Amino acid sequence: MNADQGRGVEAELRLTRPGFELDVDLAVAGGCITSVVGPSGAGKTTLLRCLAGLERDVRGRIVVAGETWLDASRALPTHRRRLGFVFQDASLFGHLDVRGNLRYGERRVPRDQRRAAFDEVVAWLELDGLLERRVHGLSGGERQRVALGRALLASPSLLLIDEPLSALDAAARERILPWLEDLPARFAAPVLHVSHSLREVARLARDLVWLEDGRVREAGPARELLPLVGSTDDELAAALRGTLVEHHDDDGLSAVDVDGVTFFVRRVDAPLGSGARLLVQARDVSVALEADSGSSILNEVPVVLARVRRVASGAILELDTPRGQRLYARITRRSLRLLALDRPEAVGRDLFARVKSVGVAPSGTRAS
Amino acid sequence: MDWSALRLSGELAAVTTLVLLVIGTPLAWWLAGGRSTLRSVVETIVALPLVLPPTVLGFYLLVVMGPRGPIGELLDDLGGPKLVFTFTGLVVASVLFSLPFVVQPLRNAFRALGRRPVEAAATLGAGPVDRFLTVVVPSVLPAYVTAAVLAFAHTVGEFGVVLMIGGSLPETRVASIAVWEAVESLDYDRAHAMSAVLVAGSFVVLLAANLLERRAARGSEA
Repeated sequence: MNADQGRGVEAELRLTRPGFELDVDLAVAGGCITSVVGPSGAGKTTLLRCLAGLERDVRGRIVVAGETWLDASRALPTHRRRLGFVFQDASLFGHLDVRGNLRYGERRVPRDQRRAAFDEVVAWLELDGLLERRVHGLSGGERQRVALGRALLASPSLLLIDEPLSALDAAARERILPWLEDLPARFAAPVLHVSHSLREVARLARDLVWLEDGRVREAGPARELLPLVGSTDDELAAALRGTLVEHHDDDGLSAVDVDGVTFFVRRVDAPLGSGARLLVQARDVSVALEADSGSSILNEVPVVLARVRRVASGAILELDTPRGQRLYARITRRSLRLLALDRPEAVGRDLFARVKSVGVAPSGTRAS
Repeated sequence: MDWSALRLSGELAAVTTLVLLVIGTPLAWWLAGGRSTLRSVVETIVALPLVLPPTVLGFYLLVVMGPRGPIGELLDDLGGPKLVFTFTGLVVASVLFSLPFVVQPLRNAFRALGRRPVEAAATLGAGPVDRFLTVVVPSVLPAYVTAAVLAFAHTVGEFGVVLMIGGSLPETRVASIAVWEAVESLDYDRAHAMSAVLVAGSFVVLLAANLLERRAARGSEA
């Protein structure tokens, strides 16, 4: 275990709510930002709240910087967990001025355990001119800076940031991003950051945790996973794992076997037999009821319909390949009706997914 | 002029208000915490004094707290204070009678505040009592002013309950009773004097509260 992991976070969290279940194993390193991404309702904010002790009846284990916050025998209450939480809406205290807000957490840390100096944090976040101001007069960006400073001054062993930019306009976002980018250089503890914006994640995160339906779908270095993550339904993509089986140098193509189906992709520079990860956009997948063996469409996969999710433009079909890999297809409402997939009994049906175009993700396969 | 009656009214109202703030705070906090059948039942009980004639409330209190009533007997067995025709009894009755005037404004303010500020304080290391005193109370200060003024004014103004529980002994004759007695004995001069003091006093208290509340509201907003 290296030094980073020693200061990091290890957590196994189980939480059951009506209609929702969180079941997450996660390791977060210190000295960098780890972003939690995933569709709405995936449990991103709930995950942060569980770590902070703000949700009841959480089971599992949380160890932060060697200190156990949660296990089978005890759960530390929130105020005994050394953490910082930057809420989406900043949640500053309206009855205190900026200085009072900044000092609130700092005052509750014993002097010899303080790891952040008030003057340094104020100077870094450029809050000097605001200290005597009431918080109601602050702009959105100023509020988030105060919230960030307030959290840092509590000398946290884990910093949790929930969609810090979502309440801001584009210009304010641009102005506050540099501070967040600068965070790992100033702050050694792990930072867990929830975001909807892939652009924000691309700039901030070293690691990524991809949540779906309360579970970790993928976790790993952001630069590998980021291309696979669709934050909106338009960008939704699936990653299929396969094996490189053939090179067709004449056509500039490589053949990749995915669950017994051959996909042809742009020539990959890798030895045969090595793993390859295919990136399939939901908008490039259509479905049919029958196999179309005679046509020119090469990339056709037998699948089982797992779920139909209605979206504004139609529906997202969640499809399982023969070996249980997940594929998405975005189809129109009309197709949904014509294929009779809008009925509950359609779930479990055998279908054929036709993949119009497929990309190759950077290698480095890492199972979730 | 019956100064002792006026002083007694003021003392009773002050003690009642203090007790009400202490009891009403946790009760209102609990009621604001969510909705359940138990909460609805308790909320209804708290609101009852708003609709019941004071004499009805006073009558039942007399029955329950009297020497033969269950609470009266229990207290007697335990060597506790007598509750009927005593100052303590007046405080107990006034507290019950004015409970909704404290609980309702506080509960509404707690609900409007929401849990988020409390959660934020917890993440910053403040324990339950700490965050209540340093975040919740200052944030809902205007509601506390309202609650205290309503409790005080309502206690000074009560008559039926006080008459039932306290009667008109020197120890329990509050201003409203004294005015009524003066009128009964056709001593209109005394009734006039007492009433005028009550009107002027009430006006000053309410005006002060009003101004204070406006300042508190500005303070927690601006």
